[in-house]
Amino acid sequence: MYFFKLIFKNIFRAKLRAALTLLALVIAVLAFGFLQTVVGAFYAGSSGASASRMVTRNAISLASSMPIYYRERIRSVDGIKAVTISNWFGGIYKDRSNFFPQFAVDHTNFFDLYPDFILPPAQLLAFQRDRQGAVVGRKLAEQYGWKLGDTVPIQGTIYPGTWQFHIQGIFDGKEEATATRQFYFHYDFINEELKKKAPRRADQVGIFIVDVNDPSRVADVAKALDAEFKNSLAETLTESEKAFQLGFIAQSETIVDAIRAVSFVVIVIIMAIVANTMAMTARERLSEYATLKALGFSPWFVAMLVFGETMMLCVIGAAIGILFTFPLAAGVAKSPAGAFFPIFKVSQDTVVLQIACALVVGIIAAIAPAIRSARVKIVDGLRHIG
Amino acid sequence: MDTENKAHPLVEILHLVKSYTRGDQEVPVLQDITLNIERGDFIALMGPSGSGKSTLLNLIAGIDKPTGGSLLIDGEDITKLSEGDLADWRASNIGFIFQFYNLMPVLNAFENVELPLLLTNLSKAERRERVELTLGLVGLSDRMDHYPNELSGGQQQRVAIARAIVTDPTILVCDEPTGDLDKQSASDVLEMLKKLNSEMGKTIIMVTHDGHAAEAAKRMVHLEKGELIDG
Repeated sequence: MYFFKLIFKNIFRAKLRAALTLLALVIAVLAFGFLQTVVGAFYAGSSGASASRMVTRNAISLASSMPIYYRERIRSVDGIKAVTISNWFGGIYKDRSNFFPQFAVDHTNFFDLYPDFILPPAQLLAFQRDRQGAVVGRKLAEQYGWKLGDTVPIQGTIYPGTWQFHIQGIFDGKEEATATRQFYFHYDFINEELKKKAPRRADQVGIFIVDVNDPSRVADVAKALDAEFKNSLAETLTESEKAFQLGFIAQSETIVDAIRAVSFVVIVIIMAIVANTMAMTARERLSEYATLKALGFSPWFVAMLVFGETMMLCVIGAAIGILFTFPLAAGVAKSPAGAFFPIFKVSQDTVVLQIACALVVGIIAAIAPAIRSARVKIVDGLRHIG
Repeated sequence: MDTENKAHPLVEILHLVKSYTRGDQEVPVLQDITLNIERGDFIALMGPSGSGKSTLLNLIAGIDKPTGGSLLIDGEDITKLSEGDLADWRASNIGFIFQFYNLMPVLNAFENVELPLLLTNLSKAERRERVELTLGLVGLSDRMDHYPNELSGGQQQRVAIARAIVTDPTILVCDEPTGDLDKQSASDVLEMLKKLNSEMGKTIIMVTHDGHAAEAAKRMVHLEKGELIDG
């Protein structure tokens, strides 16, 4: 008890120095936690992927489409339970900064394949009956204040013109990690307009979402499905939903790696700052450590004083940093930047990493000053003027 | 005091040598010192700066090691003790009084005096009782909650004296105990040391430059260039 009292009193002896070091620690732990959350957000979509769903796309690239009649041929492949379609729309709502993913989907069965989206049956029916109907995720609706019955204009970029949609349903996520920032509407609505304005672009599909009967047979079914379109005009590439989403992440892997690297650089920098602070502190107190040793306290006790002080400083800094990470992540999740990620939430793993980093910083930063203080010769220490 | 204790001096210094190595040169600090200090003695170690008096005090206190010779305290050759054993030995046998008090600034007077007792097996209640008694002895019962920066130099030195005697050590080593004090405070501290020597039988070894302070001692020992002039 006395030991901890001494440590605690020593920490706040040089108040300004302690406050600045704590501030640096808080910022470092906060930045580390935030950047790790960003990295985690990149992978969040894939973690919520279904084991029985597959994605079929054009083998050339995602930007190339496939004819809609593929749907019937896919359905005929052995082991497939259901097929639906999804087209990236990429429109602008009022301003370019209002980014959220928009998809033209098969209104008849899209939500059957996504039991992860909870949509009241009456709203689903209203959506299916309205050619301009749209279903939006809860977070998206909350972000823009949309209510059922609202008309939302979206300026097309890939599909020219301004498209008016009626909000007929708002879905919730089954799990907390389920993304609810998407905007879904009828493929037919877009396709019929295209038939009039740009017939060559009509009846084309970006991806087919395929549900299989037996999740353990996903690889075999994917192989059989792609074989079906071998040597055709648009060969296909089928992969599990998780692999498809990880493929997206792979495109930005360098960025993710850079973010991850920066988060650890922050920790190395704070380690140097804390080590420097503790070295200065220990040097100033050599005379006190020598006095303690003269009174009969062991070098181990002196080392533990320095060690304990460093660790307590890091623990306090980490605790405050971790506490602030949650509101920061929540703020980002609500901001337009949060729309880029299905979920943006501080995970348990991130908190554990923050704690671990703070402890590692404390341990490494304390080693040199603790050893120096423990080894100080009493006669030299007593002569020292701090 | 038992018969065995009476048989030999409390401090027996025999052909003690201390030198430092600077580069490849050996600098002698103490040369062939032989000195006995009896139990209950109060001696003043005097000499000009660099004469080796503080080094001799440090050796007797067990915070430095000699280069040669032997140093027996109460019959035990402390030069042969390991660092750990020496720390334990200091905790139970030596009370330190420094020129600049060397109190822990983050601890109040009570906590500073309690510090050496943490190395004993005394309970919290026993420690409290002993600290209060000791602070009473030095006349600081009403300053127990005060931090060093809230006390005058004389009061701080009295706290340091209380810390030195709270474990009831055999020897008090004082390095210029009045060197940082005004005349009145210095006089009070010297009176206190005399009292500890005469009434409590503490053996006191004091290094001082000050002839007036040295008069408080029963005996003076002069050192010059690392050699004992008299004693």
